[in-house]
Amino acid sequence: MFKRLFSLVLVVALAAAFFPLFATIGDRGDVSPLAESYLADAPDALGSANLVTSVIVTYRGLDTLGEVTVLFAASAGVSLVFSRLGSSSDGRRPVQNHAPSELVVTGAGLLLPLIFVFGVFIFVHGHLTPGGGFQGGVVIASGVLLALLAGTLTELSHGMLSVLEMLSGAGYVAVGLLGLWLAGGFLDPRFLPTGEIGSLFSGGAIPVIYSLVGIKVGAELSGVIDAMRRRRVVE
Amino acid sequence: MMTQILTVLAFLLMALGVWGLMSRRHLIRIIIGFSLLDTGVHLLLVAFGYRSGGTAPILSDGIGVSGLVSGAVDPIPSALVLTAIVIGLAVTALMLSFAVRMYARTRSIYIDKNKELKW
Amino acid sequence: MILAMLITFGVMMLVAALVALYSRDIVTAIVASGVVSLLASVLYVLFGAPDVAMTEAAIGSALTTVVFLFAWSRIRSIASRDDSTNGEVR
Repeated sequence: MFKRLFSLVLVVALAAAFFPLFATIGDRGDVSPLAESYLADAPDALGSANLVTSVIVTYRGLDTLGEVTVLFAASAGVSLVFSRLGSSSDGRRPVQNHAPSELVVTGAGLLLPLIFVFGVFIFVHGHLTPGGGFQGGVVIASGVLLALLAGTLTELSHGMLSVLEMLSGAGYVAVGLLGLWLAGGFLDPRFLPTGEIGSLFSGGAIPVIYSLVGIKVGAELSGVIDAMRRRRVVE
Repeated sequence: MMTQILTVLAFLLMALGVWGLMSRRHLIRIIIGFSLLDTGVHLLLVAFGYRSGGTAPILSDGIGVSGLVSGAVDPIPSALVLTAIVIGLAVTALMLSFAVRMYARTRSIYIDKNKELKW
Repeated sequence: MILAMLITFGVMMLVAALVALYSRDIVTAIVASGVVSLLASVLYVLFGAPDVAMTEAAIGSALTTVVFLFAWSRIRSIASRDDSTNGEVR
């Protein structure tokens, strides 16, 4: 009872803290000066059509590096927790309780190549259309999930996943250092030609960085899914 | 008007999330409350970046740079929310794995049966 | 028109959130929280953030739901293993 009252008081306090926000917010016709300067300058300066991508990869590139690191730490934590959990039971032979249905198997055979190609398309075109490394990586991870469910892939090779993660993470930092060395600063993508806005090879190193992010996110989330799924053991 | 409605909606979701976090006893439901709180915060950030009648901040043939300056929404909150969603998934997975571990150890999914951390 | 859509989706989101917190069945609750994310991704499209909408649709409603279901099925499998060995689950 006391706990419920306490939670209610907390929610009311949250409402009181947010009230000034509701009182002042309204529809605006303009954006903040910082956003305005990004909107005006970024397309010419970087040659990338999608400004969200420009902000993520270049203007807030260091943040994104930090986020990828947090993602790595969280996925390592998931693997650690489940590896400790599994070690208590012996005879770790993964078994499938139900065989996947005919529909899933046939559909997976048809769809899997398309899903992987779509994921790669999303992160390679991150600077032109909505999407990018994070979304493409997630699409690839969901393709891996479908392969695991359909039994196309029975065991995910952890060696391959960690090599992919390692190479893409090191590549991200290496591209950042190349920017420091050849262009204006850390993660500056303009050491490659910025090209013509709207073509695939434009935006300097932005597609390279976003592809590396896509591979890293895809590998990490596949690892998370595999760690959470695995080890339906028989005694 | 649209911004206000979205702000109120975001706040209601956040309040529901906090309420669920505090009042539910089932571990899975507590984590669901956390993800509702997450969604509410993301909606609030997107509401901050909106301008009335705004388009996506993507340069295309129809819209030149001048059209972008006069009519596109703020790209910064979009970028922040985008990464926050991905981190949110990883953190949710970590919380769920701790929940599974806690169940394996204490054999109870209800948080108030676990006396170890009671204050 | 857009305003009506916004209000409809908002009400649906709140209903789904309540279902997620108060339904009796855990699987229903997990799916309802996925529905909240899916509707949120529609709202992001209305508010001019298609990048965020893609992310939310792929992560919030697909992968998060799957991760929740995997965790729940592991908890269930631990419970059923207990059931067969010593027959007591609290």
